[in-house]
Amino acid sequence: MDIKVNVREAKGDSSVVDLAGEIDVYTSPKLKDAVSSLIDKGVYNLVINLEKVRYIDSTGLGVLIGGLKRVREHGGSVNLVCTNPQIKKIFDITGLVMIFGIFDSEDAALRALV
Amino acid sequence: MPDTATDVVELKIPAKAEWVSIARLAVSAVASRLQFSIEEIEDVKLAVAEALVHAISGGGTSVDMICESLPDGLRIRIRNFGVPAPEAVDADGDSEMGNLGVFLIRALMDGVEYDARPDGRTDLLMFKRLPA
Repeated sequence: MDIKVNVREAKGDSSVVDLAGEIDVYTSPKLKDAVSSLIDKGVYNLVINLEKVRYIDSTGLGVLIGGLKRVREHGGSVNLVCTNPQIKKIFDITGLVMIFGIFDSEDAALRALV
Repeated sequence: MPDTATDVVELKIPAKAEWVSIARLAVSAVASRLQFSIEEIEDVKLAVAEALVHAISGGGTSVDMICESLPDGLRIRIRNFGVPAPEAVDADGDSEMGNLGVFLIRALMDGVEYDARPDGRTDLLMFKRLPA
């Protein structure tokens, strides 16, 4: 079980983080490193693409929440791309749909960045 | 929570993050064997993982996962020595972000209980009911 993390520059000063695999207590540090590295470089508008993520637990959610808190301190935002119904359900029941912008496509997520 | 188990499947894993996925796979297979739906299997898998994450957070050497087939569902015990159950397990109110894992367990399972013994053994019991 592993996670693949790929970071791409997008329009403006934003970046897209593509994730594939499972985000859990073992793999989430890799995601945290990627997000922290971007923020440390001054990238405060992020799209995190979860389309190829099969599983996420509370440690993964914690990384996303931590990233969102940090970019908001700089006026930025984190939008998610999520089409997996099971993962959408986790965002629903935890109320995180109210905190993150969650979109069905990367284009929509990028357009909605502040 | 019903009390009479028919079949029992046990797994002991090292109390390390890299082994949690093995327990997830195992409980998925057990839930599938008991004819839970795909969505219910995903619920059980996540709840077990959250319980394991808590259990390994306090160190220790190993964690036991005990899956018990009951006439009306699946009961899972996550057993460790020395790591207290999260406080929010017995709370009725909303969980804070720090208790996201506990919140998920309570939301995804049909019953959650906690059994602590004086010798330090702690069981977090979760029950998922089979559809009627």
